[in-house]
Amino acid sequence: MRILISLLDGLLIGFVYGLSAMGLSLIWGVMKVINLSHGAVMALGMFFSYAAISRFHPGLALPAVAVFGMLLGLLIYGVAVHRVISAPHLSSLLATFAVNMIIIGVGTAVFSTSPRNIDYSAGTMVLGDIRLPGTRLLAAGASILVTAVLYYFLYRTRSGKAIRAVANNRMAAGLMGISPTRSLALSFSIGTGLAALAGGLVATMFPFTILSGSTYEVKSFVICVLGGLGNPLGALLGGLILGGIEGVVPTFMPVSWVPVLEFGLFILVLVLRPGGLLGEK
Amino acid sequence: MNVIARSRVHLGVKGDAASNRHAGREFFSEIFLAMAAMSMWAGAASGAEPRTVVIGFSASQTGNLNVEGIRQINGVSLWVDDVNAAGGIPLADGTKVKVAAKFYDDESNKSRVQELYTRLISGDKADFLISPYSSGLTDAAAVIAEQKNKIMITAGAASDSTYKKGFTLVYQTYTPASRYLTGAVDLLMKSDPGARKLAIVNEKDKFSADVVAELKKYAEAKGFQIVMFEGYDTGTADFAPFINKIPADTDAIMGGGHFSDTSTFARQLYEKGSRAKMVALLVAPPEPRFAELGEAATGVVGSSQWEPAARYSKENAKGVEWYGPGVADFEAGYQAKFHEEPSYHSAGGYAAGLLLEKAIRNCGSTDTEKVKAALDAIDIMTFYGRLSFVVAPASHGLQKGHEMIYIQWQRDAGGSLVKQLVWPEDTATAGVIPMPKR
Repeated sequence: MRILISLLDGLLIGFVYGLSAMGLSLIWGVMKVINLSHGAVMALGMFFSYAAISRFHPGLALPAVAVFGMLLGLLIYGVAVHRVISAPHLSSLLATFAVNMIIIGVGTAVFSTSPRNIDYSAGTMVLGDIRLPGTRLLAAGASILVTAVLYYFLYRTRSGKAIRAVANNRMAAGLMGISPTRSLALSFSIGTGLAALAGGLVATMFPFTILSGSTYEVKSFVICVLGGLGNPLGALLGGLILGGIEGVVPTFMPVSWVPVLEFGLFILVLVLRPGGLLGEK
Repeated sequence: MNVIARSRVHLGVKGDAASNRHAGREFFSEIFLAMAAMSMWAGAASGAEPRTVVIGFSASQTGNLNVEGIRQINGVSLWVDDVNAAGGIPLADGTKVKVAAKFYDDESNKSRVQELYTRLISGDKADFLISPYSSGLTDAAAVIAEQKNKIMITAGAASDSTYKKGFTLVYQTYTPASRYLTGAVDLLMKSDPGARKLAIVNEKDKFSADVVAELKKYAEAKGFQIVMFEGYDTGTADFAPFINKIPADTDAIMGGGHFSDTSTFARQLYEKGSRAKMVALLVAPPEPRFAELGEAATGVVGSSQWEPAARYSKENAKGVEWYGPGVADFEAGYQAKFHEEPSYHSAGGYAAGLLLEKAIRNCGSTDTEKVKAALDAIDIMTFYGRLSFVVAPASHGLQKGHEMIYIQWQRDAGGSLVKQLVWPEDTATAGVIPMPKR
């Protein structure tokens, strides 16, 4: 029973990990940019969520966090990414790393590194001996909903199809009348929106500082490789695997074994399926 | 001596009357100059301009320890202002010595600390040192202080192990980590005499490991059964696997580590419906921000080095010599200068300076050996509590006199969360309440 409870706890967190990784995966899949400002944007999402949930219902506050993340993404794209989009990968890597350092530097000056907590409780769901915190259920539910909306957007809407076309062949999409710049900006914006929202959801469960995003950024990279870079559904699957490991392993092994197993699996996937579990072989 | 010798030469020279007159004028002018020089020297010795000693330290102005680090700097800075406003510290020769603080940002980074303390001692000629914040950084700094024969008063460095390395010039202001939670066991025995089962879950760092090692030993000696004794890595955010392992009939849960992980642990204990009658945790509960947890904070007990509500005063010093400002004076001075309520980190910074001040005053000198002897002998009551040191070589400099205060978050009549002092009984502002049913 203890293992079952821990597995459920881990899987619920895994959905949020998946949501965070989805943003990173989308940006890589469409524009081949490794966004090193991902963690910093997540941290800003945490702070926005902190400010918004103290004033509004989470039902209003969390969509606002996503919108904030998207607007921030447009700004980052315009200022730092657009000019280096066609340059070698190192340029965009350094550009997003610079954005990361700017956000952390300014964030430290403004917010300090004092941890903050959001005073919000969604109660506890009790099923016999199983007690699941409402915030985890809420975060998992929101992650599933956003994944569904993202898939609907990418596969059923004109803008989503344009993004997929640009991801497939930027030049060909341009020749077909699609504006690659618009699609690239939109996908970067959606990617950062997902990061900010994931940060906002994490903040409802755990305390955070402006430095907290880096932990989730590393997890996101691992998840992307596990699930398959560029595949949002793979990111969700990778998140669930990571969450499951983090939930179950400490029940019968010292917790210090968790990263050993996680990164062991990471290397195993790289060796056996370099494209990720749901990626191309 | 020179003047006299030269005069003898003049007097001994034979010559005409004019040359004798000339020699006489020269003799008197030299006497006059000598008297003028002596009067100038006497003026300097009477202390017209006090000497200044440099207090050097590194401070975490940036990085993950910047909040606690800045509060500690503020405490030291206020002490410097107070000493200098009073004209300085009197010495045995009747002069007074003023203090000047010299510090650098260590970026909360252990590798920067040794370089900065070397620079403070060699470059800035610091006379005395105060430690950086945290046991880890202090451990690195203490080595340099000892090598360079400089006294270091540590603030924000509770880990016992630092003082068991054979250092002779390092003195601790905080209550050692080994006594952080032992009082919570006494409190539990008093509030719930039937309690027998204790779970200990702690961060696996130097400080927390020191705390729980002694806690376990103490609790077992008092007849408690330790039903869980497990550590978690620094940076852990999900405590559900640990909470799921705590037996349902556990009477009390103790442990934690630093603010971030401990407040998460407290929150998840609440969300997972923990039925323990007492939850006593490290570091986070005394911080005002802990109240952001809302209902999850209610009933949580925490140990603190100092609280503004502490009732230390000249009147209840119990025969121990009182020194320095009262609690209200310190609080008012801090509020006026920094526009915030002082935390125990601020009080610790001020107390570190106060210890140095008292030792210099007692020995009447700034000589390292004399100040060391004075620190070894010190036993004072201050706004921060009692301060005295272990002087046995095995743990020289370990804080002996200071005691922890235990706080509990309770609801007041208006339903607001307030921090109450619940232990020791003579400083308590309210009785301890059992954890609310969840």
